Amino acid sequence: MNKILRIVDIAPRVKEYLIEAKEIATHCKPGQFIILRVDKEGERVPFTICDYDAEAGTVTLLVQDVGYSTHKMGKLKEGEFIHDMVGPLGNATDLSEFENVVLVGGGIGCAVIYPQAKLRKAQGKPCTTIIGARTKELLFSIEEFRENSKELLIATDDGSLGTKGFVTTVLQGLIDRGEKIDCVFVVGPMIMMRNVSELTRKYNIHTIVSMNSIMVDGTGMCGGCRLTVDGKTKYACVDGPEFDGHKVDFAEAMNRSGFYREHEGKCKLRGE
Amino acid sequence: MNNSERNKTIHQDPKERICNFKEVSLGFDEKLMLAEADRCLGCKAAPCRKGCPVGIDIPAFIARLKENDMDGAVAQISKDTLLPAICGRVCPQEKQCENFCVRKAKLGGSVAIGALERYVGDYALKSGIVPEKKPENGKKVAVIGSGPSGLTCAADCAMRGMKVTIFEAFHKAGGVLVYGIPEFRLPKDDVVAKEIDKLIALGVEIKLNTVVGKTITIEELQKEYDAIFIGTGAGLPQFMNIPGENLNGVSSANEFLTRVNLMKAYKEDAITPVYCGKKVAVIGAGNVAMDAARTAKRINGEHVYIIYRRGREEMPARGEEIMHAEEEGIEFKLLTNPVEILGQDGKVCGIKCIRMELGEPDASGRRRPVPVEGSEYVIDVDQVIVSLGTSPNPLIRKSCKDIEFSQKGTIIVNEETMMTNVKGIYAGGDAVTGAATVILAMGAGRKAAKAIAEQLGVE
Repeated sequence: MNKILRIVDIAPRVKEYLIEAKEIATHCKPGQFIILRVDKEGERVPFTICDYDAEAGTVTLLVQDVGYSTHKMGKLKEGEFIHDMVGPLGNATDLSEFENVVLVGGGIGCAVIYPQAKLRKAQGKPCTTIIGARTKELLFSIEEFRENSKELLIATDDGSLGTKGFVTTVLQGLIDRGEKIDCVFVVGPMIMMRNVSELTRKYNIHTIVSMNSIMVDGTGMCGGCRLTVDGKTKYACVDGPEFDGHKVDFAEAMNRSGFYREHEGKCKLRGE
Repeated sequence: MNNSERNKTIHQDPKERICNFKEVSLGFDEKLMLAEADRCLGCKAAPCRKGCPVGIDIPAFIARLKENDMDGAVAQISKDTLLPAICGRVCPQEKQCENFCVRKAKLGGSVAIGALERYVGDYALKSGIVPEKKPENGKKVAVIGSGPSGLTCAADCAMRGMKVTIFEAFHKAGGVLVYGIPEFRLPKDDVVAKEIDKLIALGVEIKLNTVVGKTITIEELQKEYDAIFIGTGAGLPQFMNIPGENLNGVSSANEFLTRVNLMKAYKEDAITPVYCGKKVAVIGAGNVAMDAARTAKRINGEHVYIIYRRGREEMPARGEEIMHAEEEGIEFKLLTNPVEILGQDGKVCGIKCIRMELGEPDASGRRRPVPVEGSEYVIDVDQVIVSLGTSPNPLIRKSCKDIEFSQKGTIIVNEETMMTNVKGIYAGGDAVTGAATVILAMGAGRKAAKAIAEQLGVE
């Protein structure tokens, strides 16, 4: 059981949870994820750890109400408990070899790049950060991003804040103005990660994506999260979640990620 | 001595059972048990024991059964095995103990040792007999994984008065017994949970949702515990590496079975979804393949095929599972090997196979299947479940660099003590042998517990 210490509404249908999880908090690194079950009969749902505090023994998760379990999670209140949580899973993000990094976050994916922004700032190598969403209400932690970035750039589809367009529009602008970029780390919807990877491929800029595949156990056991990287099958849970964006087969990954949407709760015992 | 035929266990009717997840084999009732026990000749040489990986004194416990002395039978079998209710159900008896029974060829067939073992095990569970425990001695043992080897090692250490903590990655204890083997073959609440309750009664602590190497490191465990046993199993699924394997509708048997068994996706009110097609191809012919095929049949499958590149004789599954699968209408496509999975709109729509014929024996002693050129054909399916075995999980390997591993990824141990090259760290079960049986894993857990006791100077 993990106690919810604080809940903050940060955007429409997006909540930030501060959760007690001592062992996870003392062992995790940026980029890793957890799997939780909201209640006793709950499904196992993966979430990236957005922030953690080893001393306080807490982790921060950002949850967007998109399906059955995230909706159920949204009904929990401060002081209540999540049934169980396992982690930290997956590998940590390691951008240490890169001098000039651009972080790109889309929608809820911004939550994943935030700890990197913070870490790089603390290391004295702040990043240029691009965050994007459909409209400005969906963006969050703008001031925190600004504080922890060399420069913060914003894109909204409707132009309600920052550049009107996509994160790729802004990234293209950076490239055009001659910004030195050693690595782009991009987290967001698969289509966005694909489009960013397509753009950077043209300029031969190393690009890391974070794959949020469907998974059950998160320890390499089910193979549900498998994807093709450089022609080889990899597991997002144990080999990732981060991969070279130029080598990921996005068409396949996007096809796989949509699979269970149409099957949620449809297949039951014959005769029942 | 009588020359009676082997007694058959009671079974649920195939037509009924494909509509439910209740146990298929109901074992013996008392009358059948007594009749079958009576068939045991009580051979002094006890050839059956040779066939048992842990050398259970089979004639001795059957002798108690002949007298209907149930407590005596439990006491006797408990000397050699901790999980009779489980092994009686899942051991490949026809290849082990029953294969060596002197009645096998001419005297009405081997004694049904497995079914008798199960009878004893079920009695022990029902009567709630908890093994005796020595006074606590302050020694602490960490057991990683709560499958058969870990459970056994934990129980044996606890009975010797050691304080045992089991670390389990999943939210439920039992390992392959809960995520892999289906309810209709091994009931979770009535059998597995009760075995685990016995451990808890012995004072064993189970820490769920804890991935050793992630949530806590081996080094941390070394500081806190006097000995460590690694029983992390072989959970990594193997795929065929043929085109189309990542299409939607293709999964490992592990994923399919975990969704159904652990997450209860077959139940009306379950939250975890599982995809189950109407025409299902299961690749492989081991126990897990039979489990997957029979599960698919129960959920949605109108046609469920077992696709296997070798012949009937070579199928590695237990005889009883193959028989049950056939009774339930699973269709066997033997000497058939998949070469490509076909898709439409990103989803499985067929599987292209090639016919095989058997050639000379290979390294495994089985005749090597050879493709028949130009014999490719397509089977119309909308789901493919790959069940070609599993290999050890690399998580431990990645997190503990000091332990020696084989090229196959299995942990190298001293076979007498089950100790790894690192003093105080022991291992057993599938993590050491690669995918094998419950009874072998149990035997390894038992051996390790004995060695741990010796190392720590515990009686």
